[in-house]
Amino acid sequence: MIRSEPQSEYYAPRHPEVWQRHTPIQKLIHWLWLVGTAIAAVWAVSSLDIEWSFLADAHEQAADIATRMWPPRWSYFPEIIQPLIQTVHIATLGTMAAVALALPVAFLAARNTTANSLTWAIGRGILVASRSINTVIWGLLFVAIFGPGAVAGVFAVAARSVGFIAKLIAETIEEVDGGQIEAARATGAGTLQIWWVAILPQALPVLIGTSIYRWDINVRESSVLGFVGAGGIGLYLYASINSFAWQQVLMILIAIGVIVLASEALSAWVRGKIT
Amino acid sequence: MTYPSDWRAPSMLGSPGRRMALLAVLAAYLVWAIGSLEIDWDRMVRGLPRALDIFSRMMPPDVGDRWPLLWRGMIESIQMAIGSTLIGMALAIPLGLAASRNLAPRPIYLFARGLIVVGRTFHEVLIAIFFVKLFGFGPVAGLITLAFASATFLGKMLAEDIENIQPGPVEAIRSTGASFLQIVAHAVAPQVIVKTLGVLIYRLDANLRHSTVVGIVGAGGIGATLSSSFSRYDYDFAAAILLTIAALVAFGEWFSDWARRQIR
Repeated sequence: MIRSEPQSEYYAPRHPEVWQRHTPIQKLIHWLWLVGTAIAAVWAVSSLDIEWSFLADAHEQAADIATRMWPPRWSYFPEIIQPLIQTVHIATLGTMAAVALALPVAFLAARNTTANSLTWAIGRGILVASRSINTVIWGLLFVAIFGPGAVAGVFAVAARSVGFIAKLIAETIEEVDGGQIEAARATGAGTLQIWWVAILPQALPVLIGTSIYRWDINVRESSVLGFVGAGGIGLYLYASINSFAWQQVLMILIAIGVIVLASEALSAWVRGKIT
Repeated sequence: MTYPSDWRAPSMLGSPGRRMALLAVLAAYLVWAIGSLEIDWDRMVRGLPRALDIFSRMMPPDVGDRWPLLWRGMIESIQMAIGSTLIGMALAIPLGLAASRNLAPRPIYLFARGLIVVGRTFHEVLIAIFFVKLFGFGPVAGLITLAFASATFLGKMLAEDIENIQPGPVEAIRSTGASFLQIVAHAVAPQVIVKTLGVLIYRLDANLRHSTVVGIVGAGGIGATLSSSFSRYDYDFAAAILLTIAALVAFGEWFSDWARRQIR
């Protein structure tokens, strides 16, 4: 026998007249978040001692700079070809060095391949130190060591990229398929042989993908390394801005835009091919 | 049929000929690239003892009586990061809507996408120089730089989310006679808000990193203090600043991971 549905007058519904998406408590929590965020925003902006008078004529100045920039000085282009090539070289050499350094660091920082908790801590420490300092700040440091020039830039790019690449490889190593390690061990392989034959091939797609991805970030980063004297096109941009050569500035910006977008497209294309 | 007595894993690079060719290309590239760096070998050789010297002068890191400088720089960086993330988000909402192919008219869509490409192409430090020229030295330039960079980044992520929403709710809300803003509030926002919050927290972390460097070109924050301590050869203070930055950035990354886990 099929029981009929309970009658609606028996179970009088207690729904509100108007539909509401959230309960009052949910609403209160949302409001508290909003108020907290607003307080953070007000604190952040108000205590920066903003000189409002500077802001007042900013749009006029922006328009002024824009008109001074136009048209770009195309005849300047031959002079910046060499620095542009150097910029890409800094990114490429820095990334290559970083990959070479990142492999041992990744094996140190992965829980399943590191020797003991001390080596693990060393590996993790290198990751944190490398990743926490921006490429430009690394540049400052290496310029102090090697003097101004592209060499400092290569070192800076490598120093920042090691942690980035090694972190992702270490995460991959921690998730490799254990069966292959066991199979290699069963043949009597030593630790290094196991790493080379059983672990590295599994991490290789991530290694290649990450390196290429980091390379295109590095092209972007090396475009500004010149500001701290670490070589590349940034030096020319800084000099042009400081001598108010706005038409040259626009020329350089266009050139940087083209190489950054091109490297991003190339990187995306290659990574698409691999995966 | 004979088999080789020892086994070798197949090479990933293919035949030996191909491997040699790749190595030759690599070697040629290295020669070309390293040659273009204009290396001053004399200076390089002097670099190693210099590095040791700098390092020994960095140890131990020492702040001395410069605590106020360090403190002010760090607070300024944190304020720039928080302020710019929130301003960036506020700007990213209209930008993201304008850059969504399924919501915005074609000319507005193209304009918004153009702005996003500009913001993504140029490094924060590069954008900062221009804002320093416009607004003078100080944290305002940094705040606006990071707000601009955040707006284009968040706008891009938001636009991609909006382009992938389910069209059903939009249609349902529209069929009730809702206005554009009501559609956005009741059909679009609920579908993208969780992911956007995650991206927002990620961007806060990124802004914290960037707020430590834009000072190098005069846009406020701890970067300016660091840069001047390097140029004054004040290496023990520089080391203290570097350690503080590393701690701040590591904390920011931890916080961002934690907060994003809370949302999920």
